Amino acid sequence: MAENQSAPPVASRRRFVDWLLGTSVGGLVAAVVYPAARYVVPPASAESAASSVTLPFSPDDVEPNTGRIFKFGSQPGILVRLASGEFRAFSAKCTHLGCIVQYRADLSQIWCACHNGHFDLNGHNVEGPPPAPLPDFEVNVRGDQIVVSRGA
Amino acid sequence: MASYGRRWDALYAWLDERLDLTAIGKIAQKKDVPVHRHTIWYYLGGMTLFLFVVQVCTGMLLLIYYRPSADEAYESVQFLMAEVQFGWLVRSIHAWSANLMIFTLFIHLFSVLFMRAYRPPRELTWVTGMGLLGVALAFGFTGYLLPWNELAYFATRVGTEIVGVFPVVGDFLLRVARGGEDVTGATLTRFYAVHVAFLPLLTTAILGLHLYLVQKLGMSVPPRVEREGGPAGRMKFVPDFLMRDLVGWLIALALLAALAAFIPAELGTKADPFAPAPAGIKPEWYFMFMFQTLKYLPAHIMGIEGDVVGILGFGLAGLVVLLLPFLDRRTARGEKSPLVTWLAIAAIVFIIVLTYLGYTMSPTA
Repeated sequence: MAENQSAPPVASRRRFVDWLLGTSVGGLVAAVVYPAARYVVPPASAESAASSVTLPFSPDDVEPNTGRIFKFGSQPGILVRLASGEFRAFSAKCTHLGCIVQYRADLSQIWCACHNGHFDLNGHNVEGPPPAPLPDFEVNVRGDQIVVSRGA
Repeated sequence: MASYGRRWDALYAWLDERLDLTAIGKIAQKKDVPVHRHTIWYYLGGMTLFLFVVQVCTGMLLLIYYRPSADEAYESVQFLMAEVQFGWLVRSIHAWSANLMIFTLFIHLFSVLFMRAYRPPRELTWVTGMGLLGVALAFGFTGYLLPWNELAYFATRVGTEIVGVFPVVGDFLLRVARGGEDVTGATLTRFYAVHVAFLPLLTTAILGLHLYLVQKLGMSVPPRVEREGGPAGRMKFVPDFLMRDLVGWLIALALLAALAAFIPAELGTKADPFAPAPAGIKPEWYFMFMFQTLKYLPAHIMGIEGDVVGILGFGLAGLVVLLLPFLDRRTARGEKSPLVTWLAIAAIVFIIVLTYLGYTMSPTA
């Protein structure tokens, strides 16, 4: 009781006002920073629902031992025609740092120019820094159409 | 003649009354620079500042014609280079001055390091300087994409993919950096905003603090010179040192003009998000040693992806350099610290060798 009387009430009132002011300023800063931070984060784009695409070129347009980039939704894919005439398709996004790969006829390999990564014609990473194989697609030739679809 | 002089004096008196010019003049008169055999290195900071001013001026001019969209950016730069009078000159000077600025900044950094100018009480000057290095690299990285050409497109794909390598927050940071999952027009507008608004503001703040600290604490004298009995004398900043600065800046301007005229900035082919990365893809030269290191790392190191190890390694090295004044306790105590010198020399050799390999190795090997 005596202690309560000796403590000046002004100090605790001052502390309360300081606390009120501090939290108000904190709240104000948060109210400004939060929307600004959320603004900078891009809105999520809809995942490409496409599970198959029909390529805009016919099988005859692709010579044996060549490759061609195509659009699979918003992602790049690579269609390779083996020397035997067989078609294979993979994601064209290098598993290392995301560059777009190309077909090297001189090596019969898929190659990434950015960091010299090599993939064989099954999409396996065989040389250089890529840590994983290229995801593969299923290729169906129907008449003069090439249909590429995600593996089952 | 006399009346002209009197009118000038009256104007000065009027301004002095309001702005206290005499006080500013006194500060300028007081500022001096120690003279010893390493004084030449004191010019590098001012040189970097001069090149930054060139960047601000040419950058403002480029804004007049540049259009920040995936459909128009490349064409607007093409128009600037081909049609606009002296457009090629303004863009070439901007590109060359950026490169020279990074170069002088690195020399400034290493000269400060070798002269141990980061020792107390100048730790914060070092930290703000490292902040300016970070800002300068961010300027270079964001500016590289703006012409929207093939080379820059893939350099940006790789550069932003590296952000995604960081554990836990990587994916999120990648999306924020690109403005989406991929490098698109959304990335371009983002980089544009950062390049012309966010970074200049940040630079102004950090540079202001850096220059204030340099002004407040004066120039550091290398410990070795101090041990040998201190500098031979001091040079007045105004006008003696400033005049020498000006000569340096004039030479830099002449060099910029010559480089811009004889080796103008290239544009290359327009970026195509659905074309393979071209052989010989390369980042700006000051990122080359890191880019080249990533090529040599194997796919996996001790079960962790090689590039993750490499990137975290570079991140850690950067952190060590940033905190150098607090880690190097020997220098802070006034003792010799040969380890710092040897590590710095090793870093320089590493950077030079890897950069050399990056430019000379066949890209298809």
